[in-house]
Amino acid sequence: MTITDAKPQPRLDEPDVLPEGADIEDIGPPPQQKSRIWMIRLASIVFVIGAWEVLGRRVDPLFMSHPSAIAVAGAHLISTGELLASLTSSLRTLLLAFVISSVLGVALGLLIGRYRTVEAATDWLVNALYSTPLVAIVPLVVLWFGLGDAAKLFIVTILAIFPILINTIAGVRNVPAMLIDVGAAFAAKEHQVFTKIILPSALPYMMTGLRLGIGRAIIGMVVAEFFTAITGLGALIVKYGNQYDTASMFVPIFVLMFMGVTLTMAVRYVEEWIAPWRYTEE
Amino acid sequence: MQSAKVKLSVEDVSKTFRVRGGRYSEDHLLPVLRHISFDVKEGEIVSLVGESGCGKTTLLRIVQGLVRLDAGKIRVDGEPVTAPGRDRGFVFQQASLLPWRSARSNIEFGLELQGVASGPRGDRAQALLKLVGLESAGEQFPHQLSGGMQQRVGLARALAIDPAILLMDEPFSALDAQTREVLQHELLRIQAETGKTVLFVTHDLDEAIYLSNRVIVLGAKPGRIKKVIDIPFASPRPELPELRGDPRFQSIRSEMWALIRNIAA
Repeated sequence: MTITDAKPQPRLDEPDVLPEGADIEDIGPPPQQKSRIWMIRLASIVFVIGAWEVLGRRVDPLFMSHPSAIAVAGAHLISTGELLASLTSSLRTLLLAFVISSVLGVALGLLIGRYRTVEAATDWLVNALYSTPLVAIVPLVVLWFGLGDAAKLFIVTILAIFPILINTIAGVRNVPAMLIDVGAAFAAKEHQVFTKIILPSALPYMMTGLRLGIGRAIIGMVVAEFFTAITGLGALIVKYGNQYDTASMFVPIFVLMFMGVTLTMAVRYVEEWIAPWRYTEE
Repeated sequence: MQSAKVKLSVEDVSKTFRVRGGRYSEDHLLPVLRHISFDVKEGEIVSLVGESGCGKTTLLRIVQGLVRLDAGKIRVDGEPVTAPGRDRGFVFQQASLLPWRSARSNIEFGLELQGVASGPRGDRAQALLKLVGLESAGEQFPHQLSGGMQQRVGLARALAIDPAILLMDEPFSALDAQTREVLQHELLRIQAETGKTVLFVTHDLDEAIYLSNRVIVLGAKPGRIKKVIDIPFASPRPELPELRGDPRFQSIRSEMWALIRNIAA
């Protein structure tokens, strides 16, 4: 069949020419006005800090401080070396306990997730402890371990371990059956299934556990230092609180805020670097 | 082909599942396969077709050793097999690539499990990437590959362990029509180059006729062999649209369709 009444068609080898007066539609995301967004953000920061400065000066310094006073107190705490000493002490506790909870949490999580017998033996304990607000056992821990590093390590570890443990278990449970099948079809031995399929497949879950764990570890650290009140940022807060030096009290609070943001961002960065497929495959 | 040696022999295989009834009903038996026997000779492509539920995929998984059989025997090169092994390479319906591994590293997976050193493993992967037409995509991750490319990697992964027989479970069923035809043609080319023996499961009659030397039509409930049809086309075969014009193609297709419809009715 031929088209008898064909309209003139452009030849395929002709260069593409835009029709005159063409009304072209924009698709795709609008151009990001990064500088504008940052301007707004900056203005917001200046406004909030400025308002705090103005309003804070009108309040009794016993109850509230203001940014310039906090900056002065911060400079003083840095010059005496007190802040650095506290920060070092806190970070040492935090990181050591975080490493312990990561290793224990991942190892236990792999076993509990993979083996039903281990699960049956431990799930009641995990659930019970996870449901308990663990801050409640801090006085007991102090009773057991005293006020030294051991008590702090224990408290931070027991707080940080649960998100890591529970996410690892979820990771092992959620390995796609399809991938386990691949292992079976290629005659993988049990340890190979574990290291080459389950572990990498659960890795993104573990990283999420670590990110949640670090937040809980910081909480645990501060709580532990409140109770033991000898060293660390928490102890610094307690000390200046007792002296009614509110401006100095704010300094470690800001340091903790900064620490929380930085560490969580660091883990998130590692998370994306370790499991890029999880972020591009939707 | 008559004198070629038997690569795979399926001898009187039956399979039944026991379905647990739970609290409200009795356990009952679900017959899946009954007295299935056939041979696949060296260099042959044999397809299993049948309506869904006829047990064709279960049969393939039994041959691979992923599912236990309750009666009968599977032999590869004369040796009875009961568990997965290096003598059989499996290509999955979904490519099932490991998402954290590059295409190259996915191809190396089976060899890695066998403890092959990285040098020869890399050489083998490179040769297979070339064979399946993915020479430039070796470092890509599965999520960066199209469905067709993923299936090429899946095929290369199965070929990497140099199996005696290749088992393919509806490998092209999830692909779009054009990609499917390209890959069917590619499979014939790759099979011709490697001389591999292939057992292929599909529900696509055209695909079965196009690829196979013989097609085994299964009936359902329980699955049993309805008929084994010899496909007369010589290789190398033209592309599928051309072959569809052959009157023999049409008559085989009608015969198979009648058999399957007959079963379904």
